[in-house]
Amino acid sequence: MISNREFERYMPEAHDHLRQRPSLWSYTRLDGWLLLLLFLLCGFGLFVLYSASGQDMGYVTRQAIRMCAGFVVMVFLAQLTPRFFGRWALWLYVIGVALLVCVMLFGVGAKGAQRWIALPGFRFQPSEIMKLILPLTVAYYLAHRPLPPSFKHVFISLALIGVPTVLIMKQPDLGTSLLIALSGVFVLLLSGILWRYILIAVGIGAAALPGLWAVMKDYQRQRVLTFLDPESDPLGSGWNIIQSKTAIGSGGIDGKGWLSGTQSQLDFLPESHTDFIIAVVAEELGLIGVLILLTLYLLIIARGLVIAARAPDSFGRLLAGSLILTFFVYVFVNIGMVSGLLPVVGVPLPMVSYGGTSIVTLMAGFGMIMSVYSYRTMLLK
Amino acid sequence: MAAERLKDHSKESRTFKARAVLAFFVVIVMLCVLVVRLYYLQVIEHDRYAAMSEANRVQLQPVPPTRGLIYDRNGVLLADNRPSYSVTILKEEVSDLDATLAELQSLIPLTEREIESFKKRLYQRRRPFESIPVRFRLTEDEIAKISVNYHRLPGVRVEAELIRYYPYGASLVHAMGYVGRINEKELGRVDPTNYAATHYIGKLGIEKFYEDKLHGEVGFQKVETNARGRVMRVLERSDPRPGSDIVLHLDLRLQQITEKLLEGRRASVVAIDPKTGGILTLVSTPAYDPNMFVTGISSKNYNALRESPDLPLFNRAIRGRYPPGSTIKPIIALSAIDSGIVTPSYTIFDPGWYSLTHGGRKYRDWKKVGHGRVNMYDAIAQSCDTWFYDVSHKMGVDPMSKYLGMFGFGHVTSLDLPEALGAILPSKEWKKKSRKTSWYTGDSLNMSIGQGFFVATPLQLATAMAVIANRGEWIAPRMLKGTKIINDAGAEVLEKPDFSGGKLPPADVVLNKDKHWNDIIKGMRDVMHSKRGTARRAGANSSYEIAGKTGTAQVVGIKQDAVYDADKLAEIHRDHALFVAFAPVEDPKIAIAVIVENGGGGSSTAAPIARKILDAYLLGTDPLVEAKDDK
Repeated sequence: MISNREFERYMPEAHDHLRQRPSLWSYTRLDGWLLLLLFLLCGFGLFVLYSASGQDMGYVTRQAIRMCAGFVVMVFLAQLTPRFFGRWALWLYVIGVALLVCVMLFGVGAKGAQRWIALPGFRFQPSEIMKLILPLTVAYYLAHRPLPPSFKHVFISLALIGVPTVLIMKQPDLGTSLLIALSGVFVLLLSGILWRYILIAVGIGAAALPGLWAVMKDYQRQRVLTFLDPESDPLGSGWNIIQSKTAIGSGGIDGKGWLSGTQSQLDFLPESHTDFIIAVVAEELGLIGVLILLTLYLLIIARGLVIAARAPDSFGRLLAGSLILTFFVYVFVNIGMVSGLLPVVGVPLPMVSYGGTSIVTLMAGFGMIMSVYSYRTMLLK
Repeated sequence: MAAERLKDHSKESRTFKARAVLAFFVVIVMLCVLVVRLYYLQVIEHDRYAAMSEANRVQLQPVPPTRGLIYDRNGVLLADNRPSYSVTILKEEVSDLDATLAELQSLIPLTEREIESFKKRLYQRRRPFESIPVRFRLTEDEIAKISVNYHRLPGVRVEAELIRYYPYGASLVHAMGYVGRINEKELGRVDPTNYAATHYIGKLGIEKFYEDKLHGEVGFQKVETNARGRVMRVLERSDPRPGSDIVLHLDLRLQQITEKLLEGRRASVVAIDPKTGGILTLVSTPAYDPNMFVTGISSKNYNALRESPDLPLFNRAIRGRYPPGSTIKPIIALSAIDSGIVTPSYTIFDPGWYSLTHGGRKYRDWKKVGHGRVNMYDAIAQSCDTWFYDVSHKMGVDPMSKYLGMFGFGHVTSLDLPEALGAILPSKEWKKKSRKTSWYTGDSLNMSIGQGFFVATPLQLATAMAVIANRGEWIAPRMLKGTKIINDAGAEVLEKPDFSGGKLPPADVVLNKDKHWNDIIKGMRDVMHSKRGTARRAGANSSYEIAGKTGTAQVVGIKQDAVYDADKLAEIHRDHALFVAFAPVEDPKIAIAVIVENGGGGSSTAAPIARKILDAYLLGTDPLVEAKDDK
């Protein structure tokens, strides 16, 4: 056990807190700033969803219930210590991979993809919880090795990342598998992995692109082709992206007004309440609305990184850091896709898109980040 | 160990912070990329996308005008518009057309032909998001069946539209024509803008001739549609101008009485008001129901109509070319006396035949034993062929052609019956041109009794009667009485039709001696009201005076010494029965022509029919009711 004195030496920034009595708020083990920002984001999301769902209070209510469920999960996870997650990391990883194997064997799904496990009265997507388990496991593994990680540890980490990635890619769900792989890679990058490894990886990645093309399914290739030239099939697969660009572009600086977006209200915009909801924001609230939303995201990410940086140990830092960066990737990929910068992949806009699992997973992630935050304050008591 | 951990800890913390700062920097850069992208779309390209969004949302839709109604002279509605429900398919919403059609077929019966014509319409000129009808005139039951299955049938809709309905069906089809679905050829003829929303066009008769009046002007509306082409709201609208309502001279009551009198016969009647030229009755039997043609007739029904030996599709009244027989004798007599060839008192002895040379071919009189001594009045009243043979021999063909021409034979004189035929008025030039032979005297004899090359339509015969009734004043026959308009005072008035833009009406018939009108009218009066008149039975007991003329036209030639025996001849080889008349003589109100194909004698078959029609018009009696009272 380290003494307060020793702790003070290595955590000089915690000095001020030591002079204060722990506030009542700190017993909740929640980060007030993050909580406030998440509330704002959820409020913004519900506000937009009401318009995007065609003014259907049913959608808004169901989404609000999910958000509440997400908050409950978040508050619960925030009470646990990062060490607790660490102890379970490898087990969770094994269970997660086993579930993914189950999906491959007995999974159900639609449109040629097997993504769900159906239990009586309930079905879920193991790839969704893998979004949390993988960064947890890699962070746990690397945090107990001297950093920056040696070649061997990097290799083992990549193997840990590779197994679920390949399994999910086989479902097939290219978008999710890449996002999950990325969440593991963020741990490696934040752990201080040597630049030469990064350069080598980039080189190998670039060389592997043609191979990736070869293993892609037809519909995935079609998406990429459509992305490169949406006008080639304006009524078919190019329709979505043309309509979303039209919605965004026609919104202008100040938008057409809440509930007044013609592209979204008249159904020209497909998936307007789920993956393409940012186009509704852009059309109805304009560039200003999008900037407000992006600012909220940026503040959340900044706060997340601050929490990560202030964490007392590598495990907390890597876990919080990789979770918050993954969060950013969702934002970036979704908006990039809807605005035509990236090919269409099924990634929802965090906390704004309508949909159950995504919100609960994200909130669980924030719960873990808050656990990292509260662990630090716990030490201060 | 502990020292090493602490040392690691510090270094790791620093490394992490460095990487975190770098990551945050990358995050900001990438957010900037998004912002730049959105700025590009929303600010730089805003105008383009705003226009695209507007084009998505706003559609300009034509609104069809309501077709004008058609009334008879007494204000009875003859052609109405009624809502009809059709099932349509919007191609843009259907991914698999054949599957949708099959699904639809499982709900309502669809014939091969309906599917075929639907597919034909599909490839015709079409606006985007214009639905194409599959079947018309759905029953309540069918509408219900489709409605409850809407969710399984994307793109399928039940739509209401106003379509033409003829409440009197077959009674008026030959008089008014009908409308039908517009075809590609007709679309090429009309103004595409004005017909942008119109699906029906006049195909025949009045409906065709007055298409411009009846159609009206297309309206437009700017509508907001959703992605499936469904109209959400109307943004702007310029109303269509409905077609004008028109009023015909036609008298529905008279038309229906006439139709009843001709029932079961191949026959035609045309009656004209000589004062206005208005056609009171235009009947051709058998007829057919025009309502069948409005939304497209089935091939089975159409073939039945086309192959019927009674030719129901054939408009006998304006296209039937019949030898007029003795009905033209008054005009032949007029040409003889007015040309100064003979006087009305010119008398011959009729032995029952005439021959050009002694012992040559015998031109028979219809009365085998002959009429004895006859002058012009007797010749008309008794329809003495021999008197006319003799007179036509004296005058030759030229005066006959000239005078007959003045009465409208050989020309189309009607103003608004687009299908009317001019038939044939023979002359020397005509024979030279069409038969490549010269005119023989025998041709003149045949022509004088309305046989040979000479053919005329019932409309032409009735028109000639109207000209005689008017003593030469030409008032061309017409269907249209007027167009209903709202005048400046806001009242509905009838605007007289303006025919000046059409062809010139024939010049009035001016005789050398006006008295000659009286001469032939006296002859025609004697037909009805003298002891030996051929139609004395039909003229008996009338409270007004009739001027008429019977006619019996040979359908097959009779050999020189053969005897005509109606009973032995097949029905279709029997003579046509004809009758023409106008009444009352002092103040003519109606001129009429009756033709009954293979009806036998004009005096026995055609004249009684005409008398009943005249009574019905002039006295207001209903011959059908009287017939019942007799029993």
